Amino acid sequence: MARIFAYIVHKSGVADDSAAELAAAARQIDAAQSPAAVVTGWGADLDAVCESLRSTFSEVWKIAHEALAYPNAEIVRQALVNVLPAGSLVLVPHAHFGTDLSPGLSVKMKAAYVPDVVGIDGVDGAALKLVRQEFGGQLSAHIRCDISSGAVISIRPGAFKALAGGAAAGQVVDKSSSAGTLVSKRRYLETVAAETGDVDITKYPVLVSVGRGIQEPDNIPIAQELADALGGAVSCSRPVVDAKWMAKSRQVGSSGQTVKPKVYLACGISGSFQHLAGIKGNPFIVAINKNPKAPIFRAADIGIVADILEFLPELTQSIRER
Amino acid sequence: MEILVCAKRVPDTSENEIELNAAGNDIERGDLVYSVNEADNYAVEEALEIVERTGGTVTVVTVGDDDDEEILRREMAMGAKQAVLLSDEAFEGSDGRGIASILAAFVRKGHYELILTGVQADDGAAQVGGMLAAMLDCPFASLVTSIEVLEGGKLKIGREIEGGNKELYEIDLPCVLSIQTGINEPRYVGMRGIRQVASVPIPTLHKADLGVNGFAGKAAARVTRTDYFTPTAGHGAEMLTGNHDEIIGKLIELLKSKGGLT
Repeated sequence: MARIFAYIVHKSGVADDSAAELAAAARQIDAAQSPAAVVTGWGADLDAVCESLRSTFSEVWKIAHEALAYPNAEIVRQALVNVLPAGSLVLVPHAHFGTDLSPGLSVKMKAAYVPDVVGIDGVDGAALKLVRQEFGGQLSAHIRCDISSGAVISIRPGAFKALAGGAAAGQVVDKSSSAGTLVSKRRYLETVAAETGDVDITKYPVLVSVGRGIQEPDNIPIAQELADALGGAVSCSRPVVDAKWMAKSRQVGSSGQTVKPKVYLACGISGSFQHLAGIKGNPFIVAINKNPKAPIFRAADIGIVADILEFLPELTQSIRER
Repeated sequence: MEILVCAKRVPDTSENEIELNAAGNDIERGDLVYSVNEADNYAVEEALEIVERTGGTVTVVTVGDDDDEEILRREMAMGAKQAVLLSDEAFEGSDGRGIASILAAFVRKGHYELILTGVQADDGAAQVGGMLAAMLDCPFASLVTSIEVLEGGKLKIGREIEGGNKELYEIDLPCVLSIQTGINEPRYVGMRGIRQVASVPIPTLHKADLGVNGFAGKAAARVTRTDYFTPTAGHGAEMLTGNHDEIIGKLIELLKSKGGLT
């Protein structure tokens, strides 16, 4: 079995939650092997992250270089290609950084690539058996990946239960001298913070959240009237923002706001994992959707198969008449 | 600027309930509505807007068969000057690396300065753009939400990161960018526009025309799908059934007990 490495995303000296999830995924691929973490960065922040990982990983490969101070995937990829042994299995979290890094990393390592893995079914000879989702999460697929030349596997955040840490017994191994010359044709300039909107959806106990099922901007008042009746606010999923029907500040999801309401009404929202990633604190989720196959029904507490354009006004009226 | 956009024809998941076929090895495709992958429309729109500002042409390419011509025509109706279909029996069963290698062979025959893809397609893999860039030794950026053309063969781009924040980069041409939905407002394509390009010839290039390396096709695929299955529920929602009055009655009681109504 090839050696398994978990690429650790980190910020301000703290490892991302995905680190312990990758450790759990690695154990499911090969329970006999203690996976290694690989961490790129620079300075005290990098040292702090490496130190914190000693309780989860038996080895922590540290790659320190000034050019790695900001995680530019184009530069990180070069460092990993230079440092990691050929034929390795490399686990990467499937999020904003991972989509930038993983496909090109697999090509440069001459390895296979399986993106956005949600399950691991073990090894069969040279094949690693994996589970993915397709068609917006409506169907799952069994995947076989030939790992004889190594593989890059990106792991969906939240799909694996984080491995509990033990004693800080892991060893930090400094691999910086193998990083090579790191130059990129893509240069980081700055980060622009999200715009704040008129309504702060993170402050409301009840959210009436609308998706593609709202169909046109003229229908948004239907959701607003329900939100008013419930003392909540209207939030939305990505397609509503893409269509410019609501401001970006109203978007719930990994690329938008993280919310922690008591009650979340998902109205005409299919329920992509990126959307669900923005809902924290285990709220009571009510899903209303025309499509009985919509993935949102697997995440919700209560499901109603209905057209929101008919159902929401009826619900609003019943609440007002109580 | 010479811009290439890679597009894909996909079942429209917002319009379709995707069902498993009887054998479990594919989806039931008989009644599906197909369309161009939504994110690819944003990529074509972005390419057209860049060309309107700086000159040049937009070419659209896809890997597939005769059925896929319809999406190429749709993107030509948006304004793409040319479209090319890459088609060969030997391409069937390619994995993501195989598709990227076919596109790479096509790109090497041209002189494109900028190559755009949609952020992801029906399989949610988001892989071909990044692989293509690595094969071409070009820089790559994913999840791109803004593009500004600079002097001296460079772009200033924004890419989406967590929490609605945005990273800005300067990137050298030629490069490959995967375009996030919402970057622009794709122009409307009416029946008239489609009719105007209905008889424009679309060249088809085969394996022998392209000089594709050994990654394409089923035998070379390292990643294969064995079957589809219906996902197992998490805890799964309790479904409220009955007429709307009954459902609303139950829902209001539930909302009261969960703190959504006082």
